[in-house]
Amino acid sequence: MTVEPAAKRLRHQLPLVVWLVLVWILLWGTWSWANLVSGLAVALGVLVLLPLPPVIGGVRLRPAALLAFVGHFVVDLFVSGAQVAWQAIGPGGVRRGAIVSVQLRVDSDLLLTMVAEAISLVPGSLVLDLDRERRRIAVHLLHARDEDDVARQKAAVLETEARIVRAFGSAEEIAALAEVAA
Amino acid sequence: MTALVDVVAVACLLAGALLCLTAGMGLLRFPDVLSRMHAGTKPQVLGVLLIMVGAAIRLHGWSASWMLLLVAAFQLLTAPVSAHMVSRVAYRRRHVRRDLLLVDELRSSGQDRLYRGDEPADAPPEEPGAALAESRERDEAP
Amino acid sequence: MTAAGVVAYALLGGGALLALVRVALGPSLLDRVVATDTLLVIISAGLAVHAALTRDPTVVPVLVVVSLLAFVGSVSIARYIGGMLLKSSAGDGSDVGLPVAAEVREGDR
Repeated sequence: MTVEPAAKRLRHQLPLVVWLVLVWILLWGTWSWANLVSGLAVALGVLVLLPLPPVIGGVRLRPAALLAFVGHFVVDLFVSGAQVAWQAIGPGGVRRGAIVSVQLRVDSDLLLTMVAEAISLVPGSLVLDLDRERRRIAVHLLHARDEDDVARQKAAVLETEARIVRAFGSAEEIAALAEVAA
Repeated sequence: MTALVDVVAVACLLAGALLCLTAGMGLLRFPDVLSRMHAGTKPQVLGVLLIMVGAAIRLHGWSASWMLLLVAAFQLLTAPVSAHMVSRVAYRRRHVRRDLLLVDELRSSGQDRLYRGDEPADAPPEEPGAALAESRERDEAP
Repeated sequence: MTAAGVVAYALLGGGALLALVRVALGPSLLDRVVATDTLLVIISAGLAVHAALTRDPTVVPVLVVVSLLAFVGSVSIARYIGGMLLKSSAGDGSDVGLPVAAEVREGDR
């Protein structure tokens, strides 16, 4: 493991510093310069004492695609909440589940994490396992009527991935998306 | 105006509380750990989000309302992580009702020895690297 | 407002009670982890409802603590069980060191 120069390491961890300062200010609940400075001090202290691996690759934001992703995500969240709630209350209860493994196309730690988080939150799916090297993700489906239904839900996982990559990924990653699909 | 805002806030609170109740019912009625996990995360996350939004509306003007939104954000970030950790252990310990599964591709896809279904899912492979290479060879064979 | 409060508390209380039943029934440690997690989240939801209905932000910091505690708790138990797996000597992947009753009930389903 090579030791990076301090300045470079700090640049890699800039998003984390921003996030920690934001959390600090939200915890105090009011905006003031004192909060900003003390937040910076705390964030730097945390990063020096508890160093984390840098997030490599970085993230680009595409506003339109991000909006599409967030919109879909919120709709999915409500639909999934309603579906699971109905299965819990309704007379049928839960019948058959399924465990499927899906081949993902992204190859970035950060994006894979976001995909996994999003999949865990959308209808009836829960991430069981992730083979980082082969980019295969194992998903438990709460309710699967038949084989067609399973195929449909696998396609939904891939769609979620595509939306996330379009919102956050680099141009090459988006190209890779189309390449595999073709 | 304030009356309308209050109605929205209370509606959020009630919907969230209802979802928490369904989470409890799901916990009780679903057959195995994995499906109970679904009950524990889905309506739960949405319910807490709704309650936090409702409370933030009601507490508008206090600095605490920002903290509520922070709680909601934490909930969105952490719920999938803890659900994943618990369900992974549950799968490996075979706390899964396989008779209720339509397909189980994790079991048949022959990943490394740790994941291979029916032998003690917990037994560590003697050489994880070798086991992984072997299973990949077998995958590519046919 | 009071009627809405009563209904909300009743729903949350019902949910908490059902989660408690699951904690009591088990049958495995992981079921209890899931149920405890849910229970803690319902408790934090109850605190938020209280803060909202009385317009009193005193309990909000408690809420932050409780919701993070739920996460840290369930992750650390999951890690603990995961570590237990590797040292499991039973050879069939069954729970080790848990009451026999839980094992039997798990087994005969």
